[in-house]
Amino acid sequence: MITLFGVGCLVFLVVCALVVARTRDLLAATVVFAAYSLVMALVWQQLQSPDVAITEAALGAGITSLLFLLAIGRTRRTEDEEG
Amino acid sequence: MREPLRFDDLILKEVGGLLVPFLQMFGVYVIFHGHLSPGGGFSGGTVAGISMILFSLVFGLGPGLRKVSHDATRIMESSGTLWYGLVGLVGVLRGASFLMNRGAGIPLGTPGRLFSGGLILLITVGVGIKVASAIISLYYLIVED
Amino acid sequence: MRRFFALLLVMGVAWLMVLAVAEMPTYGQPNPTHNAVMERYLTRGPEETGAVNVVAGILADYRAYDTLIETTVLFAAVAAALLALGEGRHRGGAT
Repeated sequence: MITLFGVGCLVFLVVCALVVARTRDLLAATVVFAAYSLVMALVWQQLQSPDVAITEAALGAGITSLLFLLAIGRTRRTEDEEG
Repeated sequence: MREPLRFDDLILKEVGGLLVPFLQMFGVYVIFHGHLSPGGGFSGGTVAGISMILFSLVFGLGPGLRKVSHDATRIMESSGTLWYGLVGLVGVLRGASFLMNRGAGIPLGTPGRLFSGGLILLITVGVGIKVASAIISLYYLIVED
Repeated sequence: MRRFFALLLVMGVAWLMVLAVAEMPTYGQPNPTHNAVMERYLTRGPEETGAVNVVAGILADYRAYDTLIETTVLFAAVAAALLALGEGRHRGGAT
């Protein structure tokens, strides 16, 4: 079941999550989070749940990123240094 | 009213105009085939809502509001939730419990056909309308000044 | 001293979490226990709900109450967002 592709996806997910947590640039964090959602949709597909994969791709990569981008547009792009 | 997000780009407009009807068609397909293929009300409604958001991103908020107004989103949103409850009452009216499908004696049809599954299709359509309008109204809410 | 206790607490919680993960089934393998409900859904789902897609059958028939409440939650969330951020400017459809 565990293929090279699956392992690569999971490693990519972990790296993406760390980058999202560590970066100060909220725009970069949003873009990386969209990539995370897209690869997460692939992982759902690998786990044979296409329903969740479709929802993840549409909601995670589409709507969440869009709302984050709009919110960043209304506020600031970087995180506070102390925050 | 000012246009908060507007890109005057020829390529964007052409590609967006080409893409929007296909996105809407796909969203409606996913909603209506929720009981046959992967997907359902939530994912199909999201895709249908994304198509309207893409339209108002590319062509501006004004044309988007002319297609789907605030009143339309609010009415669709409320009636989607209400529709779910009304569909649930069908089971009560037929002498079974709330939201019951087969136990209420509703004909299920042949599994695999489009019009099968009793109340599932009606429920999925209600949820799809509700999710699509919820996403569109959230977009309007954030993007408007 | 406080740091030591904090470290101890964190390590204890981490140990509990590792224990919980060790109990999980292998990645991608079907869960070996608690299979009765799943088998009922998989074998008799299309016949009982009329939906070929078992997930839709579960969501909209077996667990229709959950989906109803889920829809209501989404409705309440959007209504609250409109109330809190809209500031009454959507009244009457005029912007």
